[in-house]
Amino acid sequence: MTDTGVYLYAVTGEAGRTGPVDLTGVAGTPVRVITRADLVAYVSTVPLDRFGEEPLRHSLEDLDWVEETARAHHRVVEALSETAPTAPVRLATVYSGEEQVRDLLDRRRDDFLVVFSQIAGRREWGVKAYAGAGQDAPPPADASADETLPEAESPGRAYLKRRQASLRGREERWREAAARAEHVHETLAAVAAASRLHRPQDPQLSGRPEWMVLNGAYLIEEGNEGEFAAVLDTLRGQGLDLQLTGPWAPYSFITVDFGATETETRDDR
Amino acid sequence: MAGPARFGSPSQSGAAPARRESANLADILERVLDRGVVIAGDIRVNLLDIELLTIKLRLVIASVDTARELGIDWWEHDPWLSSKNRDLIEENRRLRNRLAAVEEDEEPLSIRERETGARSRSIRAREADEEGGGRRLSAGERDD
Repeated sequence: MTDTGVYLYAVTGEAGRTGPVDLTGVAGTPVRVITRADLVAYVSTVPLDRFGEEPLRHSLEDLDWVEETARAHHRVVEALSETAPTAPVRLATVYSGEEQVRDLLDRRRDDFLVVFSQIAGRREWGVKAYAGAGQDAPPPADASADETLPEAESPGRAYLKRRQASLRGREERWREAAARAEHVHETLAAVAAASRLHRPQDPQLSGRPEWMVLNGAYLIEEGNEGEFAAVLDTLRGQGLDLQLTGPWAPYSFITVDFGATETETRDDR
Repeated sequence: MAGPARFGSPSQSGAAPARRESANLADILERVLDRGVVIAGDIRVNLLDIELLTIKLRLVIASVDTARELGIDWWEHDPWLSSKNRDLIEENRRLRNRLAAVEEDEEPLSIRERETGARSRSIRAREADEEGGGRRLSAGERDD
């Protein structure tokens, strides 16, 4: 077929076991397996008029499409990761045919096996920490450029003073929050088999004083999840709003270099 | 104060945390676009496009959870994020295109900003575009 491609979701390492059946993938396509030695690739046949280079370029500008596709991709990965060590593949990785996927499994077999040895029996949890949400008094005045103060109380000098104080206060709170976030990360990482620090999801865009000061991922032995939860609870109420997400397939802990440039801050422990 | 406890009241603290409600889009996108096995398929143009998308999303979906909790909903009106109000968005897009066509000669930069929405986002995406584009492409081709 020249008008279809093979969309790759993930590779798992337990060829002997039957993975989930009846999975529906991107664009409503059925998911099937390609097995090679002890590796299993989960794929769908996708039409190239939607997943070819040019159509993809347009599709990626359409958030509805991106959301639908990302959720479908994620659903497949999630279902797989519940039954076997799973290496998720990035969204919209499309091969021209099954042969190319088999070739990938052959060439990368050792890399995949290393990955599986690192993630087997472990799940990823995400912890985000926000500073400035509802703790102590709210800042007297926000430092944003379009800040306006009540007319009656704001002769120029008072305004400048308050603004200065406000800026100093913000800076201080920021430093405190960063130090707390570091403490949170170190404490959680001590319970984790591995941890990664990711870039905080952009905190300034909301234009609010709630900064995301930590966007961490923690790879936790399934037997240690209770302890991890307990440790996280001890960290609450100390000035940061901690949000837990997961469990995730170990997206953040695929440490083998598959030829991509590293962009995240790595924090191996 | 910390937000509502997500799991693990004292009596349960020995148990594994319960599965969250379905994960939010920002967290999913962060993972499926940015993590996992990054490897060039045969359809390779997407490496660059996805990188740009990732940059865009980083800026756009920032702290959506927090913002939503606080009742800030500006993104609901952003064509990039809203799946509602399709007609309005389409209408908007048509108008912007017409405006762009009219102003094209005198002010190409600011038109591009209007096209993509928030100022800072478009500026930063453009910067990232410039500095990241070439590098990413070559990274993608290394997997031959």
